[in-house]
Amino acid sequence: MKDAKHNAHPYIPNSVWETKQFMLDEIGVKDVEELYRSIPEELRYRKKMNLPDPFHSEYELKQHVESILAKNKDCSTALSFLGGGCYQHHIPAVVDEVVSRGEFLTAYQGATYTDKGRFQVIFEYVSMLTDLLGMEVAGMPTFDSFSASGTGIRMAGRLTDRDEILVPSNICPQRLAYIEGYCKDIMNIVMVKADNSTGLIDLDDLEQKIKDNTGGLFIENPGYLGAIEYRWDRISSMVHGNGSLLVVSVNPMSLGLLEAPGNYGADIVTGDGQPLGVHMQCGGGATGFVAVRDDDLFINELPSLLWSIAPLKDGKDGFGFTYAVPTRLSYVAREDSVEFTGTATALWSTANAVYLALMGPRGMREIGETIIEKSHYAKKVLSEIEGVSIPIQTPHFNEFIVNFDGTGRTVSQINKALLAHDIFAGKDISAEFPEYGQSALYCISEIHSKADIDKLAHCLKEVTR
Amino acid sequence: MKPHVNLLNYQAPNWDEPLLMDLSTPGERGIFVPRTEDAIKDTVGVAAKLVPEGMLRKTAPDLPELSQPQVLRHFLRLSQMTQGTDVANDIGGGTCTMKYSPKLNEQICASPKIAEIHPDQDEDTMQGILEILYKMGEVIKEITGMDEVSFQPGSGSQAILTNTAIVRACQIKNGTYDEKDEIVTTMFSHPSDAACPSTLGYQVNLIMPDENGYPDMDTFKAAVGRSTAALLICNPEDTGVYNPRIREFTCLVHEAGGLCIYDQANANGIMGKARAREAGFDLVHLNLHKTFSSPHGGMGPSCGVIAVTKELAGFLPVPVVRFDGSRYYLDYNLSASIGKIRSFYGNVEVVLRSYAWTMALGAEGLVEVAETSVINNNYLRKRLLDIKGVSMPYFHGEVRLDQIRFSLEQLEKDTGVTTEDVNHRIVDYGLQSYWESHHPHIVAQPFTPEPCESYSLKEIDYWAAVMEKVCTEAYETPEIVKTAPHNGIITKIDESVMFDDSLLAATYKQYKKKWKQNQ
Repeated sequence: MKDAKHNAHPYIPNSVWETKQFMLDEIGVKDVEELYRSIPEELRYRKKMNLPDPFHSEYELKQHVESILAKNKDCSTALSFLGGGCYQHHIPAVVDEVVSRGEFLTAYQGATYTDKGRFQVIFEYVSMLTDLLGMEVAGMPTFDSFSASGTGIRMAGRLTDRDEILVPSNICPQRLAYIEGYCKDIMNIVMVKADNSTGLIDLDDLEQKIKDNTGGLFIENPGYLGAIEYRWDRISSMVHGNGSLLVVSVNPMSLGLLEAPGNYGADIVTGDGQPLGVHMQCGGGATGFVAVRDDDLFINELPSLLWSIAPLKDGKDGFGFTYAVPTRLSYVAREDSVEFTGTATALWSTANAVYLALMGPRGMREIGETIIEKSHYAKKVLSEIEGVSIPIQTPHFNEFIVNFDGTGRTVSQINKALLAHDIFAGKDISAEFPEYGQSALYCISEIHSKADIDKLAHCLKEVTR
Repeated sequence: MKPHVNLLNYQAPNWDEPLLMDLSTPGERGIFVPRTEDAIKDTVGVAAKLVPEGMLRKTAPDLPELSQPQVLRHFLRLSQMTQGTDVANDIGGGTCTMKYSPKLNEQICASPKIAEIHPDQDEDTMQGILEILYKMGEVIKEITGMDEVSFQPGSGSQAILTNTAIVRACQIKNGTYDEKDEIVTTMFSHPSDAACPSTLGYQVNLIMPDENGYPDMDTFKAAVGRSTAALLICNPEDTGVYNPRIREFTCLVHEAGGLCIYDQANANGIMGKARAREAGFDLVHLNLHKTFSSPHGGMGPSCGVIAVTKELAGFLPVPVVRFDGSRYYLDYNLSASIGKIRSFYGNVEVVLRSYAWTMALGAEGLVEVAETSVINNNYLRKRLLDIKGVSMPYFHGEVRLDQIRFSLEQLEKDTGVTTEDVNHRIVDYGLQSYWESHHPHIVAQPFTPEPCESYSLKEIDYWAAVMEKVCTEAYETPEIVKTAPHNGIITKIDESVMFDDSLLAATYKQYKKKWKQNQ
């Protein structure tokens, strides 16, 4: 820097001119350029990078960034009914307090003797999460529910040594796009019909599609369009009767109320922990999970680090943690690993752990009850609006689709009009699912009051009149 | 001139905090949640009647029951038994660039203007965050020399996967997918550079280092040919030396009809000094949680931004953020997109932090970061090589950039003390454990420090002084090193659970099943 002698940067202690000179002297070079001599001249970049001028003071920087963010409108002031894979819930203050602790926030790999606390959190996270899912073992969190689905499907292929996976045709289209990209080299993806009026998989078509090379059935519950699948006796016996595996993607927020997938036959349970205490962050709060039973065959197919509790040596009191069975992972096995492994979303496992610890069994039951009651109320009051209908009548948890064909307006028009009332209306799915005409996916959570839902209905009436 | 350093009389905090499940008291509550108004229940009935047949949970999850202060206290005690860079000297975290994550950026990220944004909001309500994504994209283009970017990958490894998927899509389009099924990488590149192509169905050709430490040119020439789909390589590799012949590598691959992917997860030492473009790469990724200061979060959330040439821009995952001169928008209409790599737009809060960090530094500041990290590293090299038992394999006479893989082979031969022992002992002096190396240990008894720009001269001297002290102990009183740590959170664990499935207990259920019944 030009006047570096008097302007050491606050983030760079050794930008003090005298310090730098001392260090260069100790190294035995006159100029830092000598330390770049391994880069051939033709590969050197000799221009000044064309970047915006920086802000000198923390105050000015804060003003700058906040002035850009001020152009956003957010769900804390607007009334939002958006879901579709990212969910607004109340985040307990204690969760924010714990995840913002610098010790957790700025940790990385750590080790047994320096980061015991963090590994204990992971152990407790996995313990509580798997209990909620009705499973027994999981690894560190994955990126999001998409990557968890992809891994669950590939695991089903590896465990059965078969190359086909069945998915319902009304699966979340973006999830399908991910699965195709991640799995197509080893798994053919075969679509099973979904019934438009129930939103559920067509069991006759499922029966026909299950073949010798079917590794498994992947199913979202609740489905992307909201319906809760409940015919598990038949589905499970069809799938397992063929030696295939059942891979379920679930919204963990529903599981204080709804039956755990592990209790209705799921062999691999996947999903996204974002609803459990992680802010939406424009989709940045996603954190996937893949859970299995306590079966070494399954555990050894998990492409994630597992942290095991460990006794102390020589029978001393206390316990520690260490990673276990790492040889299957790409850190060691490289191209021979089960899949790739790396940094993903560990901090959100801390958020999930604190959330579940605060909620306990009663909190999870109550929030499930609140959500299902309020969302069924919303479905009822919206269905009473002229020109508005509910295409899928199967019970749902937090989400359901609403059709506006009878209003003569498009979802896009309606949503723009609601935005003027500070309402973020349900997600437009008319392009993703043309068979449902002008429909939108609405999401209700515990934070919506009766007054909020009534306001939505009132405004919808107004803008569709 | 050797600095005088006083070693800390350190003792790690040990709360001996029980497992959360053992702290449960039936009936305690950590928080109340909103309940349904009676008017709603009167209209639709109660939850139990709304759940479809057989789907009402029969047995409540076995979650612990604790009051709010007890939950807070438990997790804060666990935080005190964790060493993030906010509290610890993590110069040892080589390849990871454990730099300072400015607190201002955490404040900014806590704002509802980012925390409470739903990704499917109307674009008109997200102009601020789209502007940040767009502007940070321009920064990345300038640093790499590439033409288009995507922030969707949620880590370095997922970025490698994404770049590989782009190569695959490109090959499928131009009809070379069946013929070209091999990706070439090197032993000193990251293991994911082998694992991700393998995950996507490629054969992996792993090039070993030559006697000087560079990827062996003869083996490489023999490996590249008709079946080569791409090169996937770090530079500098883990050893910290820039491969001066990199352009020959990329040319050879291009001549064979392949593409070149640059794993620049760690760009800290060469920002503004050398770019992916000039070295002949078609695709590159940089880790925002390394070079661009976003906190590592104990292994995420993170972001591996990818940047590609305009020829490959049509293959990027959707959506791409664009600016029409007055408005920012999301473009899903790419000619040959690989589709989705991650839900929505990736970890945009990570991008926001990186943007704020970049705007605190500017072009000259980023060069200052690079130069300081290189000076720090070569200064530490000087200090460490004065220590008996420490050596620096390969590249004799060549200076290193921002990190180095050192060896304690001599120390181990002389004293029987291993790098693992040393790693346990440095904990007793208040240092975070260091990164040894990925497997296999091509460099024997390795350790890999990276004293990035956030560390002061005093902290670098301290790190070197601890290494000197522990190496001296290895020669004089080896037992104290071999039985370390002594002042850590806990004493040595029984490591047999690492290798014995019958002892593995990753959850409380397994722990009860496998351990408690034996007690």
